[in-house]
Order: sequence, then structure tokens, then C-alpha cells
Amino acid sequence: MLHRYPKRVPIIMLALTVLLVFYPLWGPVLIGDGSDFFLEKLTLMLILGLFAMSLDLLVGVVGLVSLGHALFFGLAGYTLALASPSYSAASLWWMMPLVMLVSALAALVIGALVLRTRGIFFIMTTLAFGQMLYYLVSDASFTGGSDGVFIMFKPTLAIGELTLIDLESPLQFFYFVMGMTLLTYLFLHWLIRSYFGQVLDGIHDNEHRMQALGYATYGYKLAAFVISGVLAGVAGMLAAMQYGFANPAQLGWHLSGEVLMMVILGGMGTLFGPLLGAFAYELLHYAFEHLTLYWQLLMGLTIILIVLVLPKGLAGLILDPPRLRLPRVGVGGLLRPRPAASTKARLGLAGHHKHEEG
Amino acid sequence: MSNTPLLSTRGLTCRFGGLTAVDRVDFDVRPGQVHAILGPNGAGKSTLINLLSGELRPSEGEIHYRQHPIHGLPAHRVARLGIGRSHQKTNIFPRLSCLENCRLAARIHLGGVIASWRSRAAARQVDERAEQALATCLLTHRASTPASAMSYGEQRQLQIAMVLATAPTLMLLDEPLAGMGREETSRVTGLLRALRDDYTLVLIEHDMDSVFALAEQITVMVDGRVLETGTTAAIRGSEKVRDVYLGRHQQEQA
Ligand SMILES: Nc1ncnc2c1ncn2[C@@H]1O[C@H](COP(=O)(O)OP(=O)(O)OP(=O)(O)O)[C@@H](O)[C@H]1O
Ligand SMILES: [Mg+2]
Repeated sequence: MLHRYPKRVPIIMLALTVLLVFYPLWGPVLIGDGSDFFLEKLTLMLILGLFAMSLDLLVGVVGLVSLGHALFFGLAGYTLALASPSYSAASLWWMMPLVMLVSALAALVIGALVLRTRGIFFIMTTLAFGQMLYYLVSDASFTGGSDGVFIMFKPTLAIGELTLIDLESPLQFFYFVMGMTLLTYLFLHWLIRSYFGQVLDGIHDNEHRMQALGYATYGYKLAAFVISGVLAGVAGMLAAMQYGFANPAQLGWHLSGEVLMMVILGGMGTLFGPLLGAFAYELLHYAFEHLTLYWQLLMGLTIILIVLVLPKGLAGLILDPPRLRLPRVGVGGLLRPRPAASTKARLGLAGHHKHEEG
Repeated sequence: MSNTPLLSTRGLTCRFGGLTAVDRVDFDVRPGQVHAILGPNGAGKSTLINLLSGELRPSEGEIHYRQHPIHGLPAHRVARLGIGRSHQKTNIFPRLSCLENCRLAARIHLGGVIASWRSRAAARQVDERAEQALATCLLTHRASTPASAMSYGEQRQLQIAMVLATAPTLMLLDEPLAGMGREETSRVTGLLRALRDDYTLVLIEHDMDSVFALAEQITVMVDGRVLETGTTAAIRGSEKVRDVYLGRHQQEQA
């Protein structure tokens, strides 16, 4: 019942995916010389989309606002960088499980602690953990201090001598990242609609009630925290591969705040929203950066504006498209009560509408 | 009839800052009985239920269920022991359908999420129990209706159905009839009467007619303390209760 979206959602998402898949065909025509550079931008957007979806599981589904999510993103980058040999390429078959394991362990330990707090204290403790790791890697010598660690060779993805995907090739890496983001989307899509997801929704709506029914909600929240952390780790690993280094900026509160904005901009709890949110955020960033030196100011204002106009984010725009009919001229037309702003939605029939009451 | 109580409290006390909401309460519930708790607003009835269900920790005192201490257990552990509760405020999951609400309640008592995932038989058992709970609460025709789209009375019925779906031994119901119209009240009173045979019920209720029709034992609370406890007939005849509570109640109604 929950998270049941109209057909246009998968159609739009599929159309956007096809558009991305064929970027090598239309990109050079439309963008010309800059198309290679933009391919890397698109790769980064996909990575951030994956990252934003991982956070959406916490923020949108369980209702836990984390301001330290970049911790897992950055930790994964450092794990990859430090575990990779200096003069040859590592195998992704080893690196990927390693990164996921490290992320899972970190999320388990941190989650076990931060989930004992609630509300504003949860936000504060996640922030504190993020900053702790930030200062640790910024000061320690084995992490290269504020310069970070370089990854000289991207990991290989091969069976024996046969290279499956050449991750050094920007185009192949782009498709690889796209595949990972798609897999993550499908996995979370399934998870949110599973029994487990229903319990998470229940916790979001009313944790006390879930406990009174017999659910040990702490365990469920911890499981969600670990899954979210592992996926954030995958995103962080991909980002480190893309950049070719791991540095402190990849785990600071700045990035944690940005990914939270992507989730809010896209529409919390909808999964496809935060994915779109990451693209929108980065596109805005890209556009404003070229326009003015004060792009951050412009960016902030734009986001405030979007959130004010679209409280449910970009996803809300797709789920409840605003009627573009112009009001009829004349007082009668203007004063007429609006044709029931979706009675169905108000009753909560459409799955995505959160209820206020506890 | 066995004389060992199913649930008993001794010296149960709960303080909120300077306020003692529940004050040294001794309370016994015998198996198979309907035990009503009466008392004016703010008497501490809901707080008592919250203590029994593990939602609140007692400041002092003990709670024994089947002769095992349960004070200090978290709410979900108490629920798993077979103590189900409903809340005074309607407390359902509005975005889920009626049946899904009950499934959520049944699932955790039938092996949890993983069992339902792994075996079809477990999932079917959950469905069966959820459907049965709906049937008992006369909501079968509403199974696929989102909870938020139902009438207030039906939502209250669903709340009872959810408790039933957890297959409890003891049900703690906090004002199940609150805010209902006359017809709904008589429907739900009938429903509660039907539950009498299979469950032990602790019931908070302001509706006197329903209480006298349903309860075998009554405990009257005032200012966090037990004023009087006894059979329905004894409480009806008690002067003390009439003075302090029933009298006030009738005055209010007049
Ligand atoms: N969480 C809390 N924090 C502080 N005070 C509380 C809390 N819960 C209840 N109280 C106070 O404890 C007293 C008893 O409240 P309680 O809800 O148990 O009364 P009640 O008998 O259920 O009343 P009603 O008939 O209105 O439901 C009240 O004075 C109330 O204000
Ligand atoms: Mg009460």
C-alpha cells in the first residue's frame, strides 16, 4: 500500500535512464568539446544519486535525520586508497567486499551508539562522529593529512586475464557506475516494500506503537543504519575511484549537509526523488558556478525557493503535478473553491503522503 | 477458578517530577476476568496501563505477570509475553490498509519479519491470524480500506483488532469507547463482551453503562491512589465510591 506510485514515475525514470545510456550519442552533438568533461560530471551525479538514496533510507523512510552520513562515504574512499597497492591495481573483487565490510562495521558501532539518542541529539551525535573522523584523517600522517591519499591505479574488474570492464576508461566507468546506481535503486525499491520496509515505515509513523506490538525497534533501526552505511560506502568508493584520491573533504559535515539537501530537494522517502535531487543539485551547482563567484549564495536562495514552492521536493512535482490551468478571469473564477486539492491525497490514499498525527 | 492473579502489582509508583501520577498501587487481575479501572480525569489510569505495558518504568514498586517480575522490561518484551494494549489516542498506521495494520501486529508474534520472508507457511499464518482478528472486530468488509479512510469508530475497532492479532493473553484497553456515538458504543461493547470468554481484559472506561455491563471487577482510582477495589456489585453499592466518584460523575452529567 505504501510507496505505491502512479505509472508515470517508472516511465519518467526509465526515460531518463535511456537518455543517460545514450549520452555518448547525443552528448558530443549537443555539448561539443565539453562532452568528455560532462560525462565525468554525469558519473559524479550518479554516484551522488546513489549516496542520496542511501541517506533517504534513514531520513525519508525511518525518519532519522543524520548529519554525519559523509563519514561512511569518506571512510570507504580511504579504505580503498589505503588498501590499494601503490604500484599496481587492486582487484575490485577484493576491494568492494572489503569496503562494504568496513562500512558495515563502522555503521554497526556508530549506529549502536547514536541510535540510543533521539531527535536533535541524534543529529548532534551523528555530526560529532563525522567530525571526529574528519579531524582524525586531517591530522594523521598515514592518511596523508589534509592532502589525502592518492589512488594511482583504479581497481580492475577482471576474471583471470579477461578484463570485464575497464574502469580506467571514463565511458566504461560511467556505465559501471550507472549499473551500480540502478542496482542500488532496485534493491532499495524492493527493501522499502518488503516486510522489513513496512516495519521501518511503522517506526517512522509511531515508534511507541510498534514497540507495544512487540517490535524491538532498536534492532530494526540499527539494521537500516547499517544498510544505509554500506550503500554510502559503495558510493564513496566509486567517488574515490572517480577522483583518484581520498581526502578529508569527502567525509566532512559539508558533504553530509549537501547530501541531506539533495534528499530534501528531491523529496524525502520516495527514493527516486533523492536520485533526481542529486542531479538537480549538481546541475544547479554547475550552472551557478559558471555564472558567478557568489554561486553558493545563489544556490542557497534557489534551494530555499524550491523547498518553499515544492514542500515534497521534485518527487512531489511528479506525484502531484500542479495543474497548469490559469484561473478564469473574473472574481467568480478566482473565488471558486479549488477543485478538491486531491481529496484522495488528503485522506492519505496516495501512499506517499505522510500523516501528521501520531 | 484459580486464585493466583495473572498480573499483580505491589506498591507501584510513578512520579513525573513532583507529581505522583500513580501512588503505591496494589492491583490484581485474575485470569479470565474483565477488570475495569474507573476514575476521574488525571487519576492516573493511563499511567498505570503504561507501567503495566512497559511503556513507562515505575519509580518504585513491582509488577508480576504469571509470577514473574516484568517491571523494567522494555515494552516490546512485555508485548511478546502476551500483554497487548491499545492506546487512549487512536493509534493505528493510517497509510496502511486495515488488513496490513493487523498483519503488522500478527507478524512479530509469528516469528517476525525474517520468518515471513523465508517461509510461505509463516506468511500464510500471519494472513490467517490478521483476517481472523478483523473478522472478530467486524471489519472484514474493510480489509483493504486504508485505515485513514475509515470512520473514527471503525478506527477504534481496528485498534482492538490489532491487539487481537498479537494473540495476547491479557489485553489492556485504554478507553476503547472514547468519543464514540451511541450506536458505535453498543457495537463495540458487544464486541468486548464477545472477547470476555477468551481473554483477560483490563479496561479503562468512562462509560458507566458499558463498565457495569462488562466488568466483573472494578478498581476505582483517584489522584493516583486506589480508592476502592471489588466486584462490580460491591463498587456500585460502595458509599465511598459514590461520594467521591460516581456522585461527581452524576453531578457533571446533570
Ligand atoms: N508523560 C508525562 N509527564 C508528566 N506528567 C504526566 C505524564 N503523563 C501523565 N502525566 C500526568 O499524570 C497525571 C495522570 O495522568 P493519566 O493520563 O494517567 O490520567 P488518566 O487517569 O488516564 O486521565 P484521563 O481520564 O484524562 O485519560 C495527570 O496529572 C497527567 O497530567
Ligand atoms: Mg487516560
